[in-house]
Amino acid sequence: MSTTASPVDTDVVGEAVTSDVMATVDEVVATERRREIRWLLIGAVFLVVATIVGASIGPAGPPAWRVPLAMLDHLPFISVDSGVSDSEWNIIWQIRMPRVVLGVLVGAMLSAAGAGYQGVFRNPLVDPYLLGAAAGAGLGATLMLTTGRDVTTDWPIDPVQLVAFAFALGTVAITYSVGASFGGRRSGATLVLAGVAVVSFATAVQTFILQRNLDVVREVFQWILGRLSGATWTDVATVTPYVAVSAMVLMLHRRHLDVFRVGDDEAATLGVSVRRTRLVIVIAATLGTAAVVSVSGLIGFVGLVVPHVVRLMAGASYRLVIPLSLLFGGGFLVLADVLGRQLMSPAETPIGVITAFIGAPFFIYLLRTRQVAG
Amino acid sequence: MSALTLDAVEVAYGGRPAVTAFSDEIASGEWVGLIGPNGAGKSSLLRAIVGLVPSAGRIAVDEEALADLEPRRRAQLIAYVPQEPLIPDDMSVFEYVLLGRTPYVGYFGAESAHDRRVVASVIDRLRLGEFAQRFLGSLSGGERQRVVIARALAQEAPILLLDEPTSALDIGHQQQALELVTELREHSGLTVISAMHDLTLAGIYTDRLVMLDAGRIVAAGPATEVLTAERLGEVFHVCVTVDVDPDDGAVVVVPRRGFPVT
Repeated sequence: MSTTASPVDTDVVGEAVTSDVMATVDEVVATERRREIRWLLIGAVFLVVATIVGASIGPAGPPAWRVPLAMLDHLPFISVDSGVSDSEWNIIWQIRMPRVVLGVLVGAMLSAAGAGYQGVFRNPLVDPYLLGAAAGAGLGATLMLTTGRDVTTDWPIDPVQLVAFAFALGTVAITYSVGASFGGRRSGATLVLAGVAVVSFATAVQTFILQRNLDVVREVFQWILGRLSGATWTDVATVTPYVAVSAMVLMLHRRHLDVFRVGDDEAATLGVSVRRTRLVIVIAATLGTAAVVSVSGLIGFVGLVVPHVVRLMAGASYRLVIPLSLLFGGGFLVLADVLGRQLMSPAETPIGVITAFIGAPFFIYLLRTRQVAG
Repeated sequence: MSALTLDAVEVAYGGRPAVTAFSDEIASGEWVGLIGPNGAGKSSLLRAIVGLVPSAGRIAVDEEALADLEPRRRAQLIAYVPQEPLIPDDMSVFEYVLLGRTPYVGYFGAESAHDRRVVASVIDRLRLGEFAQRFLGSLSGGERQRVVIARALAQEAPILLLDEPTSALDIGHQQQALELVTELREHSGLTVISAMHDLTLAGIYTDRLVMLDAGRIVAAGPATEVLTAERLGEVFHVCVTVDVDPDDGAVVVVPRRGFPVT
């Protein structure tokens, strides 16, 4: 037994480090940083390009190639002769842009929330609707569009969004307390199961209500299926604070999500308050998800697949997964929306159909190439 | 400087006791081996020390009761290598070892240059330099074991708990892992508590053995006293002979055919 050894704190860092290894580590860190910056740039360019494409394409309005010029022209200190008239610019600014910006917010939020959920539950099949955000919003909207309609017709503001939002949060809160009472505070698995139960229950109630109000089925389904059409700057303003707070909290917990990857027990022995941290991340992800769902309905697939696509492209560390999910998720949803507008123009294809239609094959392609490579 | 005091520690799962009245004083720099049959309470005791399961009684590091400490502070004092660590295949060795610095990183903080230096030093000492950028999924069992120990060492905690550190390894890698712990102990004065199945290895490598059966201490002391054929027959229900090497005093437990004579 060595009693002469000096304290660990001073000893672990000492001359023991050969300059070789230190150099290797420095190099690893520098390479990693360069890689991160490269990916963030790629993501940012993707988002900007998607936004410009989204604003440029659509029925009516000026020719698509003039739109980027007009956008440049409207930047401060830049003057370009775009040949776009004021009324044409109005179409772009009042009709297309809110839709594009809302698409960015919704896509970014769902993707980052999905990544966060997948991280805290260490479950790749989880999406941001897992704990009932979408089912709750759907139920709330259904209630308002059916029985609630009689009461609210005279109201100055349509409360559907607000009620959907409240129901989304309420449902997730129920899931959390049910899961926690089974012992889900210690293991995420019980929480996932509680989510399955609560979602089924909410969906059953919703189906029951719909069954008795067949006249509004179409309206309700249109609400649920998810859409960005008819988006206004008011919608954008409504969701922006929630999305901003949620995205910021997720960004600040990237390191925690990486610690979660080694398991709840080891995260706890590394000094992380597992329950509390998981709750904070879930609340943040749920808040943003509930906000975007109550404005744009249930847009599937984005929250599940975008984080995986990001992982397959840029690696599994949440340092990159969260910001890239925001950037790629936002851009992806805008492009999917453009396709939805154009595919059967002038009729719109529901955006959820498009996201699954492009996303699924791309995902399978990535999985295949990765398997061969790895 | 980092003695561990356990005073009447009790662990129970839903009313069923797993560890009963465990008291011991583990000196700074000592290596204590916990032995006992499956379900004897070895893992439960380690998990109680690191705070993963609730326990009654008192557990203290140098008079600091662990129950009063913040999780981060506790993690600065005690590092833990579980029996079956969860290894994310798509995480690099460097990232994994860097997670060991978590107790020193602020809630919204990032690792400092000092943290990276500690990790570099640990990677160097465990001869993992060439693996730094490899993914954990591509490592062999023995390499993984070293990486997990590296992660625990990066915690710079004076007390290291190892739950069956060698159970998944072949005889060569078992020896390498235990030699590594010995070397680290000599280098940094670590206090080590390890649950072990191989009685001979436990006797050779540790300073002192504590034998548990059904949650209670049945024997404690040097290997020569604890590892007797009669006691092993009683506790493990096994038929063995115990030889003591005349040269170095190593206690060798040799399994024999037949049923235990009790």
